[in-house]
Amino acid sequence: MSTFAEYAISALLLVGGAFTLIGAIGLARLPDFYTRLHGPTKATTVGVGAIVVSSVIYFSTLGRGIGVEEILITAFLFMTAPVSANFLAKAAMHLEVKTTENTRGQTWDQ
Amino acid sequence: MLDRLSFPQPWLSLTLFVTWQFLSDGLSGGSVVLGLILAWGIPQMTRGFWPDRPAVLRGWRAPAYALRVLWDIIVASVEVAKLILSPRKPRPMFICYPLELDHPLAISILVSTISLTPGTVGADVSDDNKLILIHSLDAEDEQEIIDTIRARYEKPLLEMFR
Repeated sequence: MSTFAEYAISALLLVGGAFTLIGAIGLARLPDFYTRLHGPTKATTVGVGAIVVSSVIYFSTLGRGIGVEEILITAFLFMTAPVSANFLAKAAMHLEVKTTENTRGQTWDQ
Repeated sequence: MLDRLSFPQPWLSLTLFVTWQFLSDGLSGGSVVLGLILAWGIPQMTRGFWPDRPAVLRGWRAPAYALRVLWDIIVASVEVAKLILSPRKPRPMFICYPLELDHPLAISILVSTISLTPGTVGADVSDDNKLILIHSLDAEDEQEIIDTIRARYEKPLLEMFR
């Protein structure tokens, strides 16, 4: 494996790890349910994206071709993350979960 | 009985079959048989959930849209990361977004895009498909966010689904 590939893989793993960590910190620090909802959707997009790209580079430098599995993982994540966020938000609205006092705008009642 | 053996959505079936071959370790007799069963069964089971095909679908515009969304995800992620690590409090806001799109598939793509780009989550679509409720993590101005979504995401989707 070339030095360049090693540096690229390490950098991507660090970036991915950092974003996943920040997503988790956000989950702990943000004030209410709706704002916490932003944590996991962010961590999956950039965090997992960077880790998956580093995995693609690693296995292609080993000479096993481009990993289709990794690309499929990304595609499935990008399709399912918004749906689960949507369901969580809908459930929270149905249960009338409290929002922080500085939230502007209203939820629906339908 | 015979219509039970048909493939109501050939493209979906083909995608499922090919995806299954990639997921299973290499092409083998077993993976082909199971792939065929999935390619037949899943479209049959989900038949009732699929919207009608749009009149005009300009699929060649999709890659440019995907690239734009990817770029926005990266830029906005950094902003959300900064907000999480900074001591100041977020300014959350619920926003009602009036839709111009009317095709159900286009609306679901738009809501997914809004949820994927950091800082906004698509919370609900109204029953008459006219409004989306968006929760924004850190919003200054309601109109600014509506205009951004309109220009960056809804206009290209309107071009794609006519």
